[in-house]
Amino acid sequence: MTIFRHELRQGRLSLIIWTVSIAFLFAVCIFLFPEMKGEMDQVSDVFSTMGNFSAAFGMDQVSFGTLTGFYAVECGNILGLGGALYAAMCGISMLSKEEKGHTAEFLLSHPVSRTRILSGKLAALYFQILVLNAAVLIISIVSIYAVGEDIPWKEILLLHLAYSLLQIEIASICFGISAFLRKGSLGVGLGLAIILYFFNIIANISDSAEFLKYISPYGYAEGTEIVTNISLDGMPVLLGMLYGVIGVCAGYIKYNRKDVM
Amino acid sequence: MMNAIQTDGLTKFYGRSRGIIELDLEVHEGEFYGFIGPNGAGKSTTIRILMGLIHKTRGSARILGKDISKEKEQILSVTGYLPSEAVFYPDMRGRDLIRLSADLRRKDCRKTSSDLCERLQLDPSRRISELSFGNRKKLAVVCALQHDPQICILDEPTGGLDPLMQREFFEILKERNKKGMTVFLSSHILSEVQRFCSRAAIIREGRIIASGSVEELTRTNAKRVTVRGTFDPSGLPDVRDLQISGDMVSFLYGGDINLLLSRLSRHQIMDLSLSEPDLEEIFLHYYTEGDEKE
Repeated sequence: MTIFRHELRQGRLSLIIWTVSIAFLFAVCIFLFPEMKGEMDQVSDVFSTMGNFSAAFGMDQVSFGTLTGFYAVECGNILGLGGALYAAMCGISMLSKEEKGHTAEFLLSHPVSRTRILSGKLAALYFQILVLNAAVLIISIVSIYAVGEDIPWKEILLLHLAYSLLQIEIASICFGISAFLRKGSLGVGLGLAIILYFFNIIANISDSAEFLKYISPYGYAEGTEIVTNISLDGMPVLLGMLYGVIGVCAGYIKYNRKDVM
Repeated sequence: MMNAIQTDGLTKFYGRSRGIIELDLEVHEGEFYGFIGPNGAGKSTTIRILMGLIHKTRGSARILGKDISKEKEQILSVTGYLPSEAVFYPDMRGRDLIRLSADLRRKDCRKTSSDLCERLQLDPSRRISELSFGNRKKLAVVCALQHDPQICILDEPTGGLDPLMQREFFEILKERNKKGMTVFLSSHILSEVQRFCSRAAIIREGRIIASGSVEELTRTNAKRVTVRGTFDPSGLPDVRDLQISGDMVSFLYGGDINLLLSRLSRHQIMDLSLSEPDLEEIFLHYYTEGDEKE
C-alpha cells in the first residue's frame, strides 16, 4: 500500500494534466456536435467517396450526422491515441525511472520484496488509467447531457470499456519492457503506442494485413465497429489481455533477477 | 558468537568484467569494521550484494546469520544503509521521504528521526531538489538510522559532509555502536578507519588482500625510514614510496633491518628516524606490493 500511495503521489501531476487535456478535448468535440450535425450529412458523403482513407479510420461504417458515429470517430481517436500515449508513458517509466533517477537503490534497500514493489507499482498504474477513463467518461456524459442529446449508454460504455482495455494492455506491455530498461526510454513506449495505432490503420486498408488487428489493441477498440455492432469482438480482446499478461509476467521475472545499479 | 556479516567465496562478475572474487569476510556483532580500498576495488559491489541490490555469481553471504538470497526482507528490516550517493525523489520534501522510509519499514520512527534531524541540523521541510549534496547526505543518514538498526552498512559515508557534521555523524555512530549496533564502513579515507574501526579488511582488484585488527594491519615489518644526509637507498630490497627532498630521504622499508643499518653506516648521516607507518602508508604498501607481483 505504501508503494501504491507513493506512486500515485509521484504521478499525480501527470495524471491531472492528461485527464484535464483529454476531458477538455472531449467536451469541446461534444459541444461542437449540435452545430456541426446539420453539415455532417454532406461530410459523410465526402468521406464515403474517399475510399481507403475513410476505411483507414473506419469512417466508411458510420454516419457523422449521428452522435454515436461522430463520437466513435472524433472522441474515439482522442481517447484512443491520447489515452494510449498516457498509458504507454506511465508504463514504460514505471520501473526504469527509478534506475534513471537512481532512486531504485533507496526503494530496494528497504524490507520490501521486489514482487511487492512491482505489485504496488502495477496497481498504481492501473488505478491511474482507470481514474483518467472514469473522469473522461463523466465529463463526456455531462457534456452530452448539456448539449441536449440523448445519451447512447450502451455504445458509450462499450467504447469507453474498449479504450480502457486498450490502455491497460499497452500499459502492461510497456511495464514489462520497463523492467528491461535502465534508462527511462519514453520514446520506446510512445513509439510502441503509435506503431500499434498504425498497425490498425494498415489492417483497415489492406485485406492481406488484416492479421494486424490481432496484434494491435486498436483492432478491438475500433470505435466505428463497436457502435455499429454494439458489441466487442471477444477473441481480439482475449488476445490483447493475453499480451498484457505476458508483458507483466516478463516484467516480474526480469525485475526479480535484475542487478539494480 | 554469531557474525554480523559473513561471506564465503563471494564472487560477482558483470558479464566478463570482474566485480569481486572469492571474498571471505567476517564481521563480528557489535564491531566497528572498516572496508578499505580505492575506487573500483569492489567495495560498492560487495555492499550492493549484501543489500540485495545485485545478485552474486557464486559463494554465499549471511547477515546476522540470515542468508542474503533467501531472507532478504528480514535482513533489511534490521539493517540501515547509507549509499555513497544520496539520490532521492527531487519533488518530495525531506520529511515526506523520511516518513516514506519509515512506512516502508512499517515503523513509527518520528521520535528518532526528529532527534537525528536536530543533531545533524537538517531542515526536513525543504524540498529535496533544494537541498545541497551535504544536506541530502544528512537525509540519507536519518533514513539509515531512524529505525534503530542492528547493523549499519555505510558506503563512503562522509563524502559531502563538512568536518563538523562528520564529527557529529561519527559521534552518533559511536553511540549506536556502544549500544550494540554493528557498523560496516567502506572508505578510502584511511584516517577515518584508523580512528573509529577496531578491525578492517583491505580490498584490491576484487580480492581481500589483508584483514584483521587495525592494530595488526598497521603492525607490519615495513618501517618508515627518514634519513637526513647523503644516502641513496637504491639497491636495497623492498623499498617503496621513496621521497627525496633536499638532503632528506624518506621511504618505506620492508627488508632486513641489518642490511639497512649496514648500508647506512657507510654514509654520512646527520639524522635518522625509524617509525611505524600509519594506515595510509600500509595501504600503499599493500597496493604497491600487488602491483609488483603483477
